[in-house]
Amino acid sequence: MPAVAEPELEPGAEAQLETQLEAQFEATIGRKDRIEPRDWMPEAYRRTLVRQVAQHAHSEIIGMQPEGAWIGRAPSLRRKAILLAKVQDEAGHGLYLYSAAETLGVSRQELTEMLISGRQKYSSIFNYPTLSYADMGTIGWLVDGAAICNQVPLCRTSFGPYGRAMIRICKEESFHQRQGYELLMTMMRGTDEQRAMVQESVDRFWWPSLMMFGPPDDESPNTARSMAWGVKTHTNDELRQRFVDMTVPQAKALGVTLPDPGLVWNEERGAHDFGQPDWDEFWEVVKGNGPCNAQRVAHRKKAWDDGAWVREAALAFAAGDCRDTSGDTSGDTSGETSNETRTV
Amino acid sequence: MTGQVRGEWPLYEVFVRGKRGLNHVHVGSLHAPDDQLALRHARDVYTRRNEGVSIWVVRSSAITASSPDEKDPLFAPSGDKVYRHPTFYDIPADVPHM
Repeated sequence: MPAVAEPELEPGAEAQLETQLEAQFEATIGRKDRIEPRDWMPEAYRRTLVRQVAQHAHSEIIGMQPEGAWIGRAPSLRRKAILLAKVQDEAGHGLYLYSAAETLGVSRQELTEMLISGRQKYSSIFNYPTLSYADMGTIGWLVDGAAICNQVPLCRTSFGPYGRAMIRICKEESFHQRQGYELLMTMMRGTDEQRAMVQESVDRFWWPSLMMFGPPDDESPNTARSMAWGVKTHTNDELRQRFVDMTVPQAKALGVTLPDPGLVWNEERGAHDFGQPDWDEFWEVVKGNGPCNAQRVAHRKKAWDDGAWVREAALAFAAGDCRDTSGDTSGDTSGETSNETRTV
Repeated sequence: MTGQVRGEWPLYEVFVRGKRGLNHVHVGSLHAPDDQLALRHARDVYTRRNEGVSIWVVRSSAITASSPDEKDPLFAPSGDKVYRHPTFYDIPADVPHM
């Protein structure tokens, strides 16, 4: 990865150098210092990060679709403007994260191709459909709420660019959750039909939201190593517990019932006991058999393919192949490039 | 830093001045076909909430960086010059405005 030419070394010396570099890397992690892109890092660390950061970036980009579908149908100009801003943020979050992934030596184009070809995953939550407008509120409250639980600890992750991207994202994510909760509160103050819509939406999104933290700890083989490297700082089950404990009083204030008969306060633990999501369903969705997997990827592929001529034209323009000096056309071009990320 | 992939827009580094009186600070990177579009994309990606009053963009390939391998020798000259710091000098506590 470093652009510096490797000097010729005897085989033994090379192994010795590697051991020394690994010791320096471990020492940096041990001091809770950050690893920066041009530092030496074990290949497995780099691979883990590429996988995790790319999956995170893809989730933001695919995550634009379920909500983007409702921009035209949001019931007021205020709600349309909010939703539009939120979807634009998701695009921005995706871009921060792609930038972070690229510092690990993978190109943006490769990442997009791996998403479209299904070789890299995104969060399974976005493979569930948004069937009613109440889902816009539930996604903000539960899905973004779960994302915040996951992301706040990642601000201190060991890879510098990833942590810095997470800090920017977390600052913006709070708006996402609050607008969703406010939307639901507004509906709960409305008619019986609106209250029923909110409850129905919460019933559908509760279990998939719990799945967002990933499989139980005993089925998450990479967790221990990721924690040793400081990539992750909490286990899946710890974060899931934290999310449930945070959400219960919010549900009460909202006046909705979380659809888990096993959800009770455990005085002894000082935490809520709760049921397990259907993990078979989780693995099916991860494997690509969720309600919307094919649709989400097909939509992303179409946007990528349809935007190809814009990317090529902009490059040709930049190279001066067709530069027209009579006027400033950059405004038009900018409008067209944004089509690439448009989701309707 | 990776070379440019064929057909991919070049990479730019983005620097934002948060408000008057502050330095431009590196905030991240983005791809753009040319300088003008890099500025516009930087506005959309990095200043959606009044985070800046001025933006610089520069092609990543135009940046020359010190090598992490040379870190110790490169910065060694400043390591042993404690007399460059004000705390090196003992001044009686009752001397005012020092």
